[in-house]
Amino acid sequence: MFKELKILAVVVSFSLLTYYLVEPFAHGEMHAHVESNHFQYDGSADIEEVEVKIENLKAEKETKEKAEEKVAIEASIVTETAHLEAKKTFWSDVKRISAIKGDAAAGETAYAACAGCHFKDAPAMGGVRPPELNVAGALYAKDYLIGLIKDPTMASNVDHKFSAERQHPMSSVVYMVSSDEDIANVVAYLQSIAPSIDEVTPKIAFENACGRCHANKYMKWTQIGTKPTFKYKKDDLAFQIKTIEYQDGVKAYMGKLPPDLSMYYRSRGEHFLETFIENPQSHLAGTAMPRVGVTAEGAEKVIEYLIESADPKHAERNETGKWVMIYMIFFVLAAYLWKRQIWKDLH
Amino acid sequence: MAHFEKANSIEEWLDQRLAIRTVKRVMSAEYWIPKDINFLWAMGMVLAITFGLLLVSGIFLLMYYQPNVDLAFDSVNYTIMQEVDYGWLWRHVHAVAASVVFLIIYIHMFTGIYYGSYKKGREMIWISGMLLFVAFSAEAFSGYMLPWGQMSYWAGMVITNLFSLGSLEMNGIVEWIRGDYVPAQAFLDRFFMLHVLLIPLAILGLIGLHFGALRIPHVNNQEGEEFDFAVEAEKYKSGDKIGAKVIAFGNDFMAKDMFVVAIYLVFFFYLVFWNYGFAMDPVNFDPADGLKTPAHIYPEWYFLWSYEILRPFSKDIGLIAFAFAQVIFMMLPFLDRSPNVAPANRRGIFAIWFWVMIVDLIVLTAMGKLPPAGIYSDIGFYAAVTFIILFIALPFITKLEKKL
Repeated sequence: MFKELKILAVVVSFSLLTYYLVEPFAHGEMHAHVESNHFQYDGSADIEEVEVKIENLKAEKETKEKAEEKVAIEASIVTETAHLEAKKTFWSDVKRISAIKGDAAAGETAYAACAGCHFKDAPAMGGVRPPELNVAGALYAKDYLIGLIKDPTMASNVDHKFSAERQHPMSSVVYMVSSDEDIANVVAYLQSIAPSIDEVTPKIAFENACGRCHANKYMKWTQIGTKPTFKYKKDDLAFQIKTIEYQDGVKAYMGKLPPDLSMYYRSRGEHFLETFIENPQSHLAGTAMPRVGVTAEGAEKVIEYLIESADPKHAERNETGKWVMIYMIFFVLAAYLWKRQIWKDLH
Repeated sequence: MAHFEKANSIEEWLDQRLAIRTVKRVMSAEYWIPKDINFLWAMGMVLAITFGLLLVSGIFLLMYYQPNVDLAFDSVNYTIMQEVDYGWLWRHVHAVAASVVFLIIYIHMFTGIYYGSYKKGREMIWISGMLLFVAFSAEAFSGYMLPWGQMSYWAGMVITNLFSLGSLEMNGIVEWIRGDYVPAQAFLDRFFMLHVLLIPLAILGLIGLHFGALRIPHVNNQEGEEFDFAVEAEKYKSGDKIGAKVIAFGNDFMAKDMFVVAIYLVFFFYLVFWNYGFAMDPVNFDPADGLKTPAHIYPEWYFLWSYEILRPFSKDIGLIAFAFAQVIFMMLPFLDRSPNVAPANRRGIFAIWFWVMIVDLIVLTAMGKLPPAGIYSDIGFYAAVTFIILFIALPFITKLEKKL
């Protein structure tokens, strides 16, 4: 008996060691660990990214020997240093505006500038449909909304994608809502018209925050809405054509069609999704995907929707598992009694 | 026509026609197994049960799976996992069993090596077992193609590329295997056929051979003791069950086997319901995309050690080392020159050889998964060289071994 347990201990420890090495350890080594900033949009990650980039450039400069190569890198360092200053200024502006107590009533007037593009089923602007803003005040963080009005590319951390020649589709907001007070007021207005986050369903959260670029075919979601069931094939085809036309616009804007998110909960896992939604650049430096600025509760809703599409049977799995385990434990007992009965004549 | 008496029971009726009493005696009641064994001797039964789980779950999956590059991914991840009642259960059982079966195969294999159960008449048991390992590997690989995810596609790409044989650049063979320039519909169809028909047939045949190979040399025991099974069987049959060195397969051996199987199944179903990630790689939940190579491509855990013997060398040397690793375990009965059939701990240097080999395989497995850069690449290289040296050294080490 003791000998059997000793052998079991050897087998189990070698198996667990192998498991540890190929699963937790190897995956930890393969994927950079990204810490969540708890959905506080204060620009700390954005600023750090540029600082790291400057450090890397400086280190690279040291390795170069030719003078012209050094000069080229030095030019990049100067550009990135200016970039860093711009980021710092931007996020300190956001902090300043955030401290102003917004007036929702005054905000409604200033909001008229937004309503020109943001309404239900609005046409796409530069590839993507501007969202209706009825839940924005609940779904998105206050500081993010302030930042987005102040400078859309900076707030979404995709300023690397845009320039004077290639403008963000929402760039004109900078001229329309520009004073600190107006920005604070518009955000206060958006918060005043929004329902409480508890009333925002996972479906609404996903459709607003992700669904204008990403499809989720297991939930029958396309970028232009939930795909209905059609009686006639030609209606179905007409809907598909509309979807493809919209997708082509998104493709032209983003560089490629953003992936279908049906199985992302299982292919990426919860921690990745959480930190990726918070700041896509943290996992995929240089990606065209903008930060969407959801609050912690908003992200939870989005992830709930992704669990529903990728792993809807998780509750059934736990329940079935429990019963199978109870059965197996009885099986172990029965097998043990049988073994004892047979072997009492053999020893 | 033969003469038949009227039977008094169903058993008798069947016995007259099928000789079931004889079958029972030969296969079970008087099929003799040594008594001096531990739970590792139950791994054969654990494997048989796991294979049964794979077969049954596979049959259910086969009813809904679509071997088509446009439909395969959704037929697995949507139809089976979401629409079919308990389809997720069959898939989890199938995926977890496919991974765990290799854990048990390795335990079964290393048990055989530790106790010297591959020589002195037991060579065919070992060789048929290693052929089963090859067949299971092919079965696992072909099955891994079927969900048509990113890892299916890119593993298929990498493994079929090996057949170009390095600098020989025999790309025609690769195209012939794939039926196309890249893995596509023809590739998926033929791997589907291999997975659900040809390889399972080979496995069933090899299981028959493996069991048959046990009959004449008999199962080994914990001390490698040689004794006369006929004499011991007589002792058992005359009622001296305590003194006899043998037990009957049914139900003596079976009772112990089933207890081990029961404990194993608790562990198995824990994995199926709560810890399946190791057997269902997250990357394979992305649909196959020939234009997007995943950041890290690695095989399932059970192929990592041989993958790591391929990887640290230059192309051609790597392929030769890989081929060496694939066949060398099969040669074991002929590499071990010692006359002793005994547990490794009584065989001097061989004991050291055994544990170094186990640790080396674990190191290779870990390095096979880690990105091949920096220190991991160096460790992988030395572990691969160690593996090759171990097997080259084996005949010399065992030749020097004293007869016990």
